[in-house]
Amino acid sequence: METQTITKSQEIKQITERISGSEAIVRCLIEEGVDIIYGYPGGAIMPVYDELFKFQDKIHHVLTRHEQGATHAAQGYARISGKVGVAIATSGPGATNLITGIADAQIDSTPMVCITGQVASHLLGSDAFQETDIIGISSPITKWNCQVTKAEDIPSVIAKAFYIAKSGRPGPVLIDITKDAQFSHFDFSYEKCTKVRSYNPIPKTDIQTVEEAAKLINQAKKPMIVWGQGVILSKAEKQLKAVVEKAGIPAAWTILGASAIPTSHPLNVGMVGMHGNYAPNILTNQCDVLIAIGMRFDDRVTGSLNTYAKQAKIIHFEIDPAEVDKNVKTDIAVLGDAKASLEMLLPLLKENSHSDWHQKFKDLYAIEYEKVIKHDLYPTKEGLTMGEVLKEINLQSNGNAAIVTDVGQHQMIACRYADFNITKSNITSGGLGTMGFGLPAAIGAKMAAPDREVVSISGDGGYQMTIQELGTIFQQKAAVKIVVLNNDFLGMVRQWQQLFFEKRYASTEMVNPNFVAIAEGYYIKGKKVTKREELAPAVAEMMASKDAYFLEVCVEKEDNVFPMIPSGASVSDIRLE
Amino acid sequence: MNTEEQLYTVSIYTENNIGLLNRISAIFQRRHINIESLNTSPSEIEGVSRFTIVVYMDEVGMKKIIGQIDKQVEVIKAFYHTEEETIYQVSGLFKIKSDLLFEERQIQNIIKESNARIVTVNKDFFVLEKSGKREELKDLYEKLSVFGIMQYTRSGRIAVTKDEMKISKMLQAFNNN
Repeated sequence: METQTITKSQEIKQITERISGSEAIVRCLIEEGVDIIYGYPGGAIMPVYDELFKFQDKIHHVLTRHEQGATHAAQGYARISGKVGVAIATSGPGATNLITGIADAQIDSTPMVCITGQVASHLLGSDAFQETDIIGISSPITKWNCQVTKAEDIPSVIAKAFYIAKSGRPGPVLIDITKDAQFSHFDFSYEKCTKVRSYNPIPKTDIQTVEEAAKLINQAKKPMIVWGQGVILSKAEKQLKAVVEKAGIPAAWTILGASAIPTSHPLNVGMVGMHGNYAPNILTNQCDVLIAIGMRFDDRVTGSLNTYAKQAKIIHFEIDPAEVDKNVKTDIAVLGDAKASLEMLLPLLKENSHSDWHQKFKDLYAIEYEKVIKHDLYPTKEGLTMGEVLKEINLQSNGNAAIVTDVGQHQMIACRYADFNITKSNITSGGLGTMGFGLPAAIGAKMAAPDREVVSISGDGGYQMTIQELGTIFQQKAAVKIVVLNNDFLGMVRQWQQLFFEKRYASTEMVNPNFVAIAEGYYIKGKKVTKREELAPAVAEMMASKDAYFLEVCVEKEDNVFPMIPSGASVSDIRLE
Repeated sequence: MNTEEQLYTVSIYTENNIGLLNRISAIFQRRHINIESLNTSPSEIEGVSRFTIVVYMDEVGMKKIIGQIDKQVEVIKAFYHTEEETIYQVSGLFKIKSDLLFEERQIQNIIKESNARIVTVNKDFFVLEKSGKREELKDLYEKLSVFGIMQYTRSGRIAVTKDEMKISKMLQAFNNN
């Protein structure tokens, strides 16, 4: 008996140690498998930075040049790896600077944990130096948030944060930790969180709904799939491909679903939405069964809801019950994880080819090719097009690059024309449309996947919103390939001004700096291309570079992105010119 | 589904969390939906809170809102019910000058007829409490306001449903998992 008791107490001694709250924070991150975090130090988070200094062999802290950059880098890290991205900042302005990235992660379902320092608990509510109510501010844009004022709560709260961020439909979580909680000591032990009583991350799939879906799909003459990021988040790429191939269903994707099935797949019929492909948009209003998988019928996808797929039966595979019937009324909702649901669906499907129906997509593609694609990719005019830059990148990367984009015309062109052979290769700000996302997100993506070619594509507008992160690229030696498609305009806004505001170009013309000189200021090799014959060699030089490389391509100033569904119009009113 | 706007009673079982009220009210605020009344209290389950919110809207919108509320990590379960599906009450307090109790004989009749209860009396004022439907309180208010009311306040609606909520079963299932 005596010996047993001793052994037991020794065991306890091994698993609990008396450490500070700040050390606990770092140890919790290590326990969660975190190896890289992005952040910026400041007063209220300094105890944590002191511990990061001690644990730098285990966790690599990346000093970004702005806290917004830290969140986007964490997002890029998460989106390419499927792991939780971590950003860390001090209280007050440090915390508020995280907000844009958090909002972006919330609307694009990106798993991210943000840790902010906070003034000491006795100062809360006193308008202390660098105090801000970050819990109040971040509530509507976080999946969950929590303020910690006692060191002993740190392990359980961080464990819960990681569990919530990555489970079910992922999202950002913010943990705000007061400085006194960081300083005080407690008995540390860590246990991963595996469930939360009030939280059901994956609703149970009702087999009957899967059977009903299968029946409808098997009877369909003109079925069409629209898949979204849910497929990537649930790692259901293989299952989706199997369903598409077995039932012979043309499959289109939302912007965030891009790359789940390779671009070259014969049943991949392109992107839906405002600047998506002609065929899948037009045929949305001709299909008889529309199968939505892990997507949320965003207004940029549907256009006017009054005229969206009214003729079709709608099947919605969805993990988030709040998305069902939110925008589009479904006939059959299959709740649950996409991977599991598609696995249940596959054996119930009949083999089919729907070749006549598929031919319709090909015919409409031919029209789009003649009217738009040909001119984008093989222009005959003097000025360079954004499309031909993408074509060159495709060619020289064999479609294996991860494309990280910013927001605007270049983003639409990149998503339309990039070749994606590998999943998780399109990292972009979809729902929030955050200009400035691209460059820092590319840093996170490159650091998470150092073996992959990561090409950041931005416009001259968005690039300058987070251009300071060139400093991070330089300091971290992150071999990001940076492409700026420069038209000296805020191109997408200018396009709308041209089409809907009678060419009143209010504040969209940009007088730009010497971008190459700025890159070179950060010791990043750069080149500017203005002529077509310079493009291929410059892209080749960029791709061959072992280090970061900056490439500015001066493109036609007033090119527009087509096709286009004007805001509020029907998908079938898509314009080719 | 009912497309007409009507009063719905929203019942939300939650973990007791400081920030949750903020999150829940933001769901309504973001969609420009006015909260007619809001009450929070403990529920029949120890450690579980219950929000009772009354809103005026159509059922399609109501369902979407319930989805958004249910999605909050610390919400155990959210329900919505029509007037017919709930038993509900509000409570009102009326502070009135004591002199009136003796000078205006009619006040005593009003108190008796309305089944209101005198909570306290002192030489300056007395306090009446009345529970019931909102209309009953409004009626009493109108009768008393003729004489002058020093202070009046009405609580948010509290409601129980005719149907079973099954929250205990849900929590039990979780514990057994």
